[in-house]
Amino acid sequence: MGEVIVITSGKGGVGKTTTTANLGTGLAKLNKKVVLVDTDIGLRNLDVVMGLENRIVYTLVDVVEENCKLKQALIRDKKYENLFLLPAAQTRDKTSVTPEQMKKLTDELKAEFDYVILDCPAGIEQGFKNAIAGADRALVVTTPEVSAVRDADRIIGLLEANEIKNPQLVVNRLRPDMIKRGDMMSADDVVDILAVELIGQVPDDENIVVATNNGEPLVGDNSLAGQAYMNICRRVTGEAVPFLDLEARKGLFSWFKKK
Amino acid sequence: MKITDIFKKKSSSDVAKDRLKLVLVSDRASCSPEIMQKIRSDIIEVLSKYAEIDMDGIDINFTQMDTEDNSGKTVPALYANIPIKNINHSVK
Repeated sequence: MGEVIVITSGKGGVGKTTTTANLGTGLAKLNKKVVLVDTDIGLRNLDVVMGLENRIVYTLVDVVEENCKLKQALIRDKKYENLFLLPAAQTRDKTSVTPEQMKKLTDELKAEFDYVILDCPAGIEQGFKNAIAGADRALVVTTPEVSAVRDADRIIGLLEANEIKNPQLVVNRLRPDMIKRGDMMSADDVVDILAVELIGQVPDDENIVVATNNGEPLVGDNSLAGQAYMNICRRVTGEAVPFLDLEARKGLFSWFKKK
Repeated sequence: MKITDIFKKKSSSDVAKDRLKLVLVSDRASCSPEIMQKIRSDIIEVLSKYAEIDMDGIDINFTQMDTEDNSGKTVPALYANIPIKNINHSVK
């Protein structure tokens, strides 16, 4: 029996889809059987970030409405044969699916896969409720900005109210130079404020833009962001991995033990 | 105040942290400005029965304080600083 993980944030544009794509690809690299589900109906993007936009035939809504079998809608990744994508419909809206239908779908998927990773839409309305309906566990993505942290706090409250205990935090787009001169909150500052467990700190890395341009998640490559995402994947599987020193120069990795 | 403090400005990340802590307390307590205003006027109304209050000096707000078990956790607390001009002794 697999695990259903929802990637959520409240605020838009903090890196949910990028995190979902890298987490899924990284777990596939670790030989796990993974399916990514884009629950952002009407504003799908996970397909382009994964570079699979040309292969979509059926969508999540088709599966729920029983226009096709679940297996027919799953798109196999270009590189990893143990990685699949269930895309969202683009021409429908969030009300096309109910939380009960999502729960049924994720239950079916986790019987097949080690990890079912849900890319949650921004906001706290129907799309969010659908995405968390079948989730066992949540990763909350935020950036070190007041608006994103505030929304993350709200999301953490809503997750806990919906019986998804102990959400874990990914702090994205950190800039060590700004943190050093006191112009950006550090991951530890954000953790202090939100009082949740930290599972990842990802630097602001231009390689992410390049990877998204190419439709190939960078997890596991030599970039700092690639390393940071790989570490998150290993922590998700239960491994204790020390946090990266984000100040290390590119190509030169020094590690430090946190606390 | 030390000489060096003149040159030491509060960093913007510290400002962000302080602002966030305050805004989250009221978010978590789900306390709207309207409710805050009601609490404020109710407190003033009750106290006015017993004392003359300096209206300009009133400061009522939600803040955070450490829990009593010293576990390092904080809980929301209502902080009220209400200067009194005169105690009204004629109340029965």
